[in-house]
Amino acid sequence: MPDPQTLIANAAGRLARAALQLSGRGGTALPGLIALTIDPDFIAAVASELAHGMVLVSGTNGKTTTARMLSDIVRGTGWAPIHNRSGSNLERGIAGALLADGNWKAEPTGDIGMFEVDEASLPRVLGAISPRVVLVTNLFRDQLDRYFEIDQLARRIGDAIAKLDPRVTCVLNADDPIVAWLGQRHRGPVLYFGVDDPTVGGRVPQAISDATRCPRCRAALQYERVVLAHEGDWSCPSCGLTRPDRDISATRVALTAISSEIEIRTAVASVLAPVRVPVAGLYNAYNALAALAVARALDIALPTAALAIANFRPAFGRLEEVTVDGRELRLILVKNPAGFNAAIGALLETGRRPRLLAALNDRDADSRDVSWIWDADFEALAPVVEHAVVTGIRSRDLANRLKYAGVARDRTVVVDQWGSAIDHAIGAAPEGGEVVVLATYTAMLALRNELAKRGHVANFWED
Amino acid sequence: MDLRIAHLYPDLMSIYGDRGNVLALTQRARWRDIAVEVRAFTAGQDFDADWPDLWFFGGGQDQGQDIVGADLGGPNGAALKRSLANGAAALAICGGYQLLGHEYLPENAPAIPGLGALDVRTRAGTVRFVGNLVAESPDGLLVGFENHSGRTYLGPKAKPLGTVVVGNGNNGEDKTEGAVQDHIVGTYSHGSCLPKNPWLADRLLAWALERRHGPQNLTPLDDREERAASEQAAEVAKARA
Repeated sequence: MPDPQTLIANAAGRLARAALQLSGRGGTALPGLIALTIDPDFIAAVASELAHGMVLVSGTNGKTTTARMLSDIVRGTGWAPIHNRSGSNLERGIAGALLADGNWKAEPTGDIGMFEVDEASLPRVLGAISPRVVLVTNLFRDQLDRYFEIDQLARRIGDAIAKLDPRVTCVLNADDPIVAWLGQRHRGPVLYFGVDDPTVGGRVPQAISDATRCPRCRAALQYERVVLAHEGDWSCPSCGLTRPDRDISATRVALTAISSEIEIRTAVASVLAPVRVPVAGLYNAYNALAALAVARALDIALPTAALAIANFRPAFGRLEEVTVDGRELRLILVKNPAGFNAAIGALLETGRRPRLLAALNDRDADSRDVSWIWDADFEALAPVVEHAVVTGIRSRDLANRLKYAGVARDRTVVVDQWGSAIDHAIGAAPEGGEVVVLATYTAMLALRNELAKRGHVANFWED
Repeated sequence: MDLRIAHLYPDLMSIYGDRGNVLALTQRARWRDIAVEVRAFTAGQDFDADWPDLWFFGGGQDQGQDIVGADLGGPNGAALKRSLANGAAALAICGGYQLLGHEYLPENAPAIPGLGALDVRTRAGTVRFVGNLVAESPDGLLVGFENHSGRTYLGPKAKPLGTVVVGNGNNGEDKTEGAVQDHIVGTYSHGSCLPKNPWLADRLLAWALERRHGPQNLTPLDDREERAASEQAAEVAKARA
């Protein structure tokens, strides 16, 4: 039975949630914040009741998609996940999820927690609660004004991992040097995943200097093969640190415009049919691989996991498709150079000439510093852009970025209101055509709200 | 006509969109039919001091900055200093700006010597300055985003690049932002800096071209997008200040 403080926190949070729902607002953060203010140990207290424990999904990119895949996977094995959806992945989001899927006695109605944790919050969350599995997908520069430096962040995460209970399993991306290095700090089991298809990726790390230095000795890393940004087959010529052996790896990744198929090899020999990943892009193949690795850590049979992934439906702003007036809108959330480049890569693979609706905001959840757009590879996108409607609080920065990337002036138009921007983008596309929507977090919320008002999509908190 | 740009330590000192500054210089030269070559100059190489017309030096993470500091303490630092003394232009941002000064004084540790090409000194501050930055200068508004804990103070040879309107600038005390000395500019303005501040980009271009091609009158460009970006950024900054 939870202690009185937890019960009070639970009641206050649930009341706040009910009040917000009555007023028609899908507040995902406030109830959790209230519960945590009353009882700072609220998450640990409630989560200790979960029969299958908790999985924390962290890292810069891919959290939401991977956590959603994992929720589908555990559901496929008969468990009931509690998941902090809608990209609300600070502590208050986790608390909010426990409130949403709990009762007045502060007992969760599910039996496994599947929580996305913002990478900056991960050290603090690991200090407060003891999960069963911690997944770190990758570490890229993201919102530097909030997280500051990736080295410093990796050190703090490493320090927290060093203090973990040895019964916790860490699932780490072997292809990402700083993430792989975290495994050295853990006293318990580590499960590594990676891409081992020699035909995937190039040889030069992309122009984002997040982690091209050895995490141990700081010498420049060598890459046999680069999969995405700084992820790949790396080794240090100076101290000899190399990519750890993969417990689960993708030996072949076949990409199409709308999906991918990956062949999986595990340390324990097993024959497995190729896994179909019904969302486009190499980065989603990575997400699926990470989800399969966690499934393995949870002792879930891989064929069960593969089936759940094959039936996967993407989340808010992650390659969602919406039809508006006979045009297909593909919503892609972009928030940092690595994520942007991965999304662009997937887009270019289709060979189409995209019509864009691009929206840049600079609120806290977007990154107040918009300079990241200059690290994103708009130069790769520019030659194929058919037309671009640009909007958002910092629309002019984005329009200027397109100009310097080489998009002709007469192909770009800046439109100030969200609704007008959607109208313009739809108007510029032919009947049956496609508009690719690239937007930062709060800009995506605003655009999606506009689409919800027009009845094209559900409000995201109902998702 | 041609222009040579040296991108200093792009593998170690290139965060916060520093690449945008090189893109802006390159494009603004090409739009004027000036051929541009950009080369990376990084730790472990032997710098050719005679090659660059312009050095770009971005910001970095602390650990990257250690490697860079050590490299600049050797022959590469001497080459860079010689090149600047011989009239090459330079734009240094944040960490690069600090390293071009006389020294960086950490809290409770001995001073780390800088290149001494700019008459500025930096000491560690306790609070990090993070936010929009707007400064006024006689040539135009300087808009961007600052993210630094160093406090930089100008000596008599360095003139401020601008006067702070929003944000903190050099040190949060004297309202100065950035430094100009001969053909060297240091600033805390990311954003990226040059795409939104085309007057500064053009000033650097003119200085850089002067080294091998003599004084230049650059053809004016249509800067509608740049001006719009600057105005919107300044408006947002002022509204939130």
